[in-house]
Amino acid sequence: MQMNEYKPLIVAFCCNWCSYAGADLAGNNRLNYPADVKIIRVPCSCRVNPMFILRAFQRGADGVIICGCHPGDCHYTSGNYYTRRRMAMLFSMLDYLGIEKERTRVEWVSAAEGAKFAATMNDFAEKVAALGENKRLEDLRCKR
Amino acid sequence: MQRIGVFVCWCGSNIAGTVDVQAVSDALKNEPGVVFSTNYQYMCSQAGQDMIIQAVKEHNLTGIVVCSCSPRMHEATFRRTAQAAGLNPYMVEIANIREQCSWVHKDIPIGTEKAIILGKAAVAKVNLNTPLTPGESPVTKRALVIGGGIAGIQTALDIADAGFPVDIVEKKPTIGGKMAQLDKTFPTLDCAACILTPKMVDVAQNGKIRIFSYSEVTDVKGFVGNFDVTIKKNARYVKEDICTGCGACVEKCPMKKVPNEFNLGMDNRSAIYIPFAQAVPKVATIDPNACNMLKNGKCGLCARVCAAGAIDYTQKDEYIEEKYGAIVVATGFNPISMDKFDEFAYNQSKDVITSLEFERLTNAAGPTAGKLLRPSDGKHPHTIVFVQCVGSRCDACAEKGKEYCSKICCMYTAKHAMLTRDKYPDTDVYVFYIDVRTPGKNFDEFYRRAVEEYGVHYVKGMVGKVVPEGDKLKVQASDLLSNKQLHIDADLVVLAAAIEPDKSARPLATMLTASMDTNDFFTEAHPKLRPVESPTAGVFLSGACQGPKDIPETVSQAGAAASKVIGLLAKDKLTGNPCIAHSNELMCNGCSSCERVCPYGAITYEDKEFRMPDRTTLVRRIAVVNPAVCQGCGACTVACPSGAMDLHGFASGQIMAEVDAICK
Ligand SMILES: Cc1cc2nc3c(=O)[nH]c(=O)nc-3n(C[C@H](O)[C@H](O)[C@H](O)COP(=O)(O)OP(=O)(O)OC[C@H]3O[C@@H](n4cnc5c(N)ncnc54)[C@H](O)[C@@H]3O)c2cc1C
Ligand code: SF4
Ligand code: SF4
Ligand code: FES
Repeated sequence: MQMNEYKPLIVAFCCNWCSYAGADLAGNNRLNYPADVKIIRVPCSCRVNPMFILRAFQRGADGVIICGCHPGDCHYTSGNYYTRRRMAMLFSMLDYLGIEKERTRVEWVSAAEGAKFAATMNDFAEKVAALGENKRLEDLRCKR
Repeated sequence: MQRIGVFVCWCGSNIAGTVDVQAVSDALKNEPGVVFSTNYQYMCSQAGQDMIIQAVKEHNLTGIVVCSCSPRMHEATFRRTAQAAGLNPYMVEIANIREQCSWVHKDIPIGTEKAIILGKAAVAKVNLNTPLTPGESPVTKRALVIGGGIAGIQTALDIADAGFPVDIVEKKPTIGGKMAQLDKTFPTLDCAACILTPKMVDVAQNGKIRIFSYSEVTDVKGFVGNFDVTIKKNARYVKEDICTGCGACVEKCPMKKVPNEFNLGMDNRSAIYIPFAQAVPKVATIDPNACNMLKNGKCGLCARVCAAGAIDYTQKDEYIEEKYGAIVVATGFNPISMDKFDEFAYNQSKDVITSLEFERLTNAAGPTAGKLLRPSDGKHPHTIVFVQCVGSRCDACAEKGKEYCSKICCMYTAKHAMLTRDKYPDTDVYVFYIDVRTPGKNFDEFYRRAVEEYGVHYVKGMVGKVVPEGDKLKVQASDLLSNKQLHIDADLVVLAAAIEPDKSARPLATMLTASMDTNDFFTEAHPKLRPVESPTAGVFLSGACQGPKDIPETVSQAGAAASKVIGLLAKDKLTGNPCIAHSNELMCNGCSSCERVCPYGAITYEDKEFRMPDRTTLVRRIAVVNPAVCQGCGACTVACPSGAMDLHGFASGQIMAEVDAICK
């Protein structure tokens, strides 16, 4: 029973032009997803520095998801291609460090895909919750 | 230390219904930097804004956090409020507690807890905000229109009418686009040439408009108000300013067997040609692939017959560089290729044609001088089958056709059917359709006339196969309403081919950094509210390049695009977005990593002298961001290995602070 009480902490980086608008649309359409998901707005998915993700995990995040425009649709034409490449590398490194691949994700959500946004967050939160708490970077955690 | 005021909005019951707003403003009171925190029914109302202004003055606030609806909704509003209160508008952050909280979570304690966390993140960010001032840039008061169809023509005329100079770049030898090829136009049946050619003449005679025909755009640099464009004028081997368009050369040219693209290959033209009688500019062009003189130096007849001395076999492509304040894309559309539609025997029989070919066959200036004759044997067709939606609304056959509705085919097919029955009442005309879509003004009346007055046989169903047999085309089709198989011996089959954007549109979009949808139609900045602007500032959309359109819609969009351009060119200065990148010259090692990822070429390098502690000087290469070119994507900030590059408004420190606040 205790296990069911566990709520994962999920940080979602959303690009301003597509995914953040997609999240707004999910809101407009009153599509539920867990409150565990907290969104940080960035201009483009390519603004997400691997540093931010490491920091989130150090501070106790259980999952980090980056959402951007669909390939070819980035407001800045190519930002999301950088994201895809950078994150592929970062995520496999994190996996090596013991942060399971299921805890990290890059997803393309357009401004029209409110339903996809909600579905993605539901699915991601469920997968992360199934893995349980993320303790891997605790020793590196910069305690205040 | 910042003095922050927090303003929590109820949004009536939109937020207050699932978030305990009092608890949120109470909780945020204790956050670092916060000196004032309150909540109110409608923060965006005049009373709400006055409350903010009052609080800024009373509590000497330096930063503002509004916990409210999405920043996409009211960020601009609250920035103006801050400005009215004497603060820098960029000292405002919004915590989105409506779309991303109260509307998606039903439970009050859960919603409240999340709203507090989002508020804390915004407070943490504002603590690190710095005042930002947008840069100003001048506006070049000239517009460029790419594409000279009816869309480009109308846009150019409207802009010129407002007093601004306009250049049209058209890749074909003449402007006019598809409309110049049409015969009569639905729903009024006025002749296309009669309404188009006067406009083409207006363009030619307008002192504010320059036409670069047979030309293309090869490079676009710069940004809204200040585009640097390279235009390639292809060599036409005829001096444009001297040629009078008399046509003597065309007559004498011995190379007469070149397929005439204007008539879609249904007749021939000579190697030197003028596309049609009312071409603008009315200037001859030599086709270098057909001209004997250009291919192997033999002939030279046209130069001899040209009284004006306009022929120049040594002409070279010319590159012109010009500055523009605004760019309008009007590159239009083309019917898709029928090569993949073997079932209709388009490549097997000359008597299976597309609708655009049909337009030429009924056009008085076309290959048959307007007589409807079969391309194969020049005989009158007595049974004609029109097939609608060839390659349109194709889910299953997406690799052959298009998933979307081409929108214009129902109407032009009704037009073709009606005109045929009108001119040749002895012909039997069948139209096969999936649905007949006639939502425009006077459109349904038009279609019903085709059925009721002109006796066109409309059959709901798809044609399965067309088999050429002797001089007939055996059409096998199904009638879905009576559930019967039909076999029709037709003399002519006309395919309403789906339409697609011009193939040159995608490379152009890349040059312009304008976005496109998966079908290569240009996307608008907002599908409802900004339908003629592209997401790239200063680039506007006109006509069928944005989506299938008929002429009335094209013309109204063209006018709308022109009015947006006029609004832009009427300004003397533009204020930019201050949320842009900047590099710390002390940390930058000039490695070029940032330059390589910048999609806009905003980063350049300069050698800068640094005074060293031992009084020597050191010259180092450092990155410099052009504030007018940078769009603020942030790609460079992540690429920078030395941490020198950062982004105003979304600084690494600010985002880290948000992460910390959320993960606390
Ligand atoms: C068979 C048929 C019948 C039709 N009948 C009717 C009708 O009866 N009534 C009606 O309202 N509508 C009709 N239409 C629709 C009508 O043709 C279009 O609405 C109209 O032509 C759209 O104009 P446009 O300027 O956007 O595009 P276009 O006419 O395609 O013009 C685009 C122009 O841009 C040029 N261009 C393209 N790419 C570049 C580039 N990279 N650089 C420079 N120039 C470029 C092209 O050469 C062309 O001149 C019909 C269409 C078809 C196919
Ligand atoms: S933020 Fe984007 S546009 Fe600006 S300099 Fe960096 S990469 Fe170029
Ligand atoms: S990537 Fe960083 S260090 Fe390299 S040139 Fe750009 S700003 Fe300088
Ligand atoms: S703007 Fe959305 S991914 Fe670049």
